[in-house]
Amino acid sequence: MSAIGRSLKRIEDRPLLLGQGQFAADYRFEGQLVMRVVRSPVAFGRILSVDADEARAMPGVVAVWTAADIADIPPIDFRMTRIKGLEPYRQPVLARDYVRYVGEPVAVVFAEDVYQAEDAADQVFCDVEEEAAHLDATASPAPFMPQSLPGLLSEPAVISKSYGDLDKAFANAKHIVELEVAVGRHTGVPIETRGALAVHDRDTGVLTMYGAAKVPHYNRDAIARMLQLPQGAIELSEGHVGGGFGIRGELYPEDVLVCAGALRLGRPVKWIEDRREHLLAANHSRDQVHRLRAAVDDKGFILGLEDEFFTDQGAYVRTHGGTVSDLAAALLPGPYLIPAYRVNGHIRLTNKTPAGTYRAPGRYETTFARERLMDAIAYRLGLDMVEVRRINLIPEDRMPYDRKIDALGTDVVYDAGKYQDLLTKTLDHVGYDDLRAEAADRRAKGERVGIGLAFFIEKSGLGPRDLVRARLLKDGTIEVITGVASIGQGVETVIAQICSDALSVEIEQMRVVHGQTSRIEVGLGAFASRVTVMTGSAAQIASRALRDKILDVAANLMQKDAAELMLIGGMVRHRLSNTTLQLTEVAEQTPDIIEAEGWFYADHMNYPYGVHVAKVRVDPETYGVKVERYVVGYEIGRAINPTLVHGQIAGAAVQGIGGALLEEFVYNEAGQPLAASFADYLMPTSSETPTIEMFLREDCPSPQNPLGVRGAGEGGMTAVGAAIGAAVDDALQSPGLVDRLPIGPSKLHAMVRQYRQAAASRL
Amino acid sequence: MTDKVSMTLKVNGSLYPISVEPRRSLADALREDCGLTGTHLGCEHGVCGACTVLVDSKPVRSCLMFAVQANDVEIRTVEGLANGDVLHPLQRQFWENHGLQCGFCTPGFLMLAVGALEADPNMTDEELREVLSSNLCRCTGYQNIIKAVKLAAAEMRK
Repeated sequence: MSAIGRSLKRIEDRPLLLGQGQFAADYRFEGQLVMRVVRSPVAFGRILSVDADEARAMPGVVAVWTAADIADIPPIDFRMTRIKGLEPYRQPVLARDYVRYVGEPVAVVFAEDVYQAEDAADQVFCDVEEEAAHLDATASPAPFMPQSLPGLLSEPAVISKSYGDLDKAFANAKHIVELEVAVGRHTGVPIETRGALAVHDRDTGVLTMYGAAKVPHYNRDAIARMLQLPQGAIELSEGHVGGGFGIRGELYPEDVLVCAGALRLGRPVKWIEDRREHLLAANHSRDQVHRLRAAVDDKGFILGLEDEFFTDQGAYVRTHGGTVSDLAAALLPGPYLIPAYRVNGHIRLTNKTPAGTYRAPGRYETTFARERLMDAIAYRLGLDMVEVRRINLIPEDRMPYDRKIDALGTDVVYDAGKYQDLLTKTLDHVGYDDLRAEAADRRAKGERVGIGLAFFIEKSGLGPRDLVRARLLKDGTIEVITGVASIGQGVETVIAQICSDALSVEIEQMRVVHGQTSRIEVGLGAFASRVTVMTGSAAQIASRALRDKILDVAANLMQKDAAELMLIGGMVRHRLSNTTLQLTEVAEQTPDIIEAEGWFYADHMNYPYGVHVAKVRVDPETYGVKVERYVVGYEIGRAINPTLVHGQIAGAAVQGIGGALLEEFVYNEAGQPLAASFADYLMPTSSETPTIEMFLREDCPSPQNPLGVRGAGEGGMTAVGAAIGAAVDDALQSPGLVDRLPIGPSKLHAMVRQYRQAAASRL
Repeated sequence: MTDKVSMTLKVNGSLYPISVEPRRSLADALREDCGLTGTHLGCEHGVCGACTVLVDSKPVRSCLMFAVQANDVEIRTVEGLANGDVLHPLQRQFWENHGLQCGFCTPGFLMLAVGALEADPNMTDEELREVLSSNLCRCTGYQNIIKAVKLAAAEMRK
């Protein structure tokens, strides 16, 4: 039986259950120093001086660096979506001239012990001439660094995309529907904070950074460039990684400082972030305002859509460049035809923590915007919520569908899709009509219960290529060497299942290597829901090639024709005579390691899609929102391991609920962050969390890869804000009420009051 | 603050003579001085529960307790949960029900659950969900954790 499609237990779990994981903080090297970052206490201002004399004299302190000590290290460059004009806005490793957010690194202390390092860091005094913080991304752009970069304003770029004749669309419109919506500032917040340990081996000259994640190969090359190290002089190594969600593993100042420290101080250097630092310093995300304008005909069909949006990118443009805004601009039209479209996305800087990607970047925001617009159109025209979507969905016979715009430098071409079909099946699955009737019934009895739905498009499988090498080791183990990274999502199991399918070897007999730059020369890492699509396809190619090589070698050993041999149950079997040879025998009787490689290339991403349905109850007194039922209908093409897919969908959906109801980075007027602990940055616990029901479909395999798969990582999240917003509208019988997220109780209460006042004033 | 105190921690039945500053957290002492890195630190302010250990059978946030307060108590950590190669029912059910993804919060959830179930093996599903809301997980959405704990509870009652 093929291992593909089975919910096998994960091969990576045992050490994690026994407390034998190897997370960044668990590394320890003889003679290691501990690094502590001194962070800006103010949001914006010119640095007059950084006084570290007292700190340098404290017990256990080996060095304290400010920007002047590392003047040769350039700012951190873009990994993705490099747009003209962004360069001056890159973040220096330590603040130069100005500080631009609370939490910005201004100095680092290296000490013998973590307690000593923290004591000393407290004694570094940063004298800043404070200026008024700029905190509103929709306000007129403000000076970036007025004295050192005069004239440079806080709008690095505007991303514009368009297709079709928008003027004609508006000229022909029967209705024009306008809407402004906003999604708050929240982010991934993995339970393991960031951390790294760098060791410089004087004998080999190689610097190794442990605690790598997400994109080790890219980061290896980027750190080498920044520290002017020759190729081969630095390697990155990934241990266990405590959650990624887009934010972990991007190149941050601390990674570079740890490496520079180990090189220049001649001792291993370890840095483990604390939670407050994490909330102030790791990438934030979301925080977009969209101003939509739709030209609609008399049946509810959208003739044209115009959007102007603002992304609050925070204080600097980090590694993602324009990624989030680019994705938002490209994917806003989503699953609908919308024959004409024009968007201007303003990348705006403020004095908040810099932002990057977080699971479903640009799609959580735009799905909220677009689906709230669909609901507004339905309300205006008196249409049903489902009907308005059916009228606009791209029909199956138009697939593959070329959007005629680009995203992340690739043409947006929806690979395949049966959107109407999935909508029908999902509504049948949830019993949509009964659900609506039950909600109406409960509302009639005084409860505030509502149903909301949202359709979405995701994207997955970002190329352009991936390499996997598979080898038969002497003990019969199949070693699969990848350049991918594990952030806890189950990479080892999924890749092993794909290889098992080709090699007919149990997954427990495989060892999947990831995140080790010294083991493979090419690796693109784990982001953009690319692993199963790209690395999985390469693994299939590699393992089939390895199977053929094993059979060739076995044919020689068994004196049989290779075409008459097969691999089954960890053995080579001759089909005609049933004689067998163990894999260990094949390996032992061959002088060389039997090895094969597989490359997989993809010019385009593929596009999973789905429907979210939410049932909520609003407490009439507290305005707390309880999610009573949550269903995710999702077309994945093919599920390698359904249980792991379900795990991805459920985890993502709960993060989406957090973004809709709980999580927000709030700042006061001085730019001081008010959510710098878990007491203030609220994440869902098991109390707030419904069981996420998955309605997983494999009706429409992706034609773009040999496995037919699409990614599973993000689709559980994409439409949560939109579906919950619609459900709350329905519960309170207030169409268009929820136009921004998150809606914590006090916010929702204020929104309802405002909504009723506005409604009363219209009478 | 730098005067060290000599003391002995009793963890999973073994004695660890250590010398620590009075301000050293129990979590740091377990991880750094005893080398028991299965106990994880996720927030160091008592909210996430990743550092949960059992102190005299009660679940405790080891980031909120000083090592010097742990004289004369019995500490249990995730490293002591399995019986040799045989996994504890909780560990096995977490594995069989995909109750972990990145695994960072897992030791805290295991110790929280084992403490709760040993104190009251007959907790209702609602009580279990309530207890488990003490800790944070960012990967699983909790449902497989809850499922695993329920199944382990049933097994532990046998």
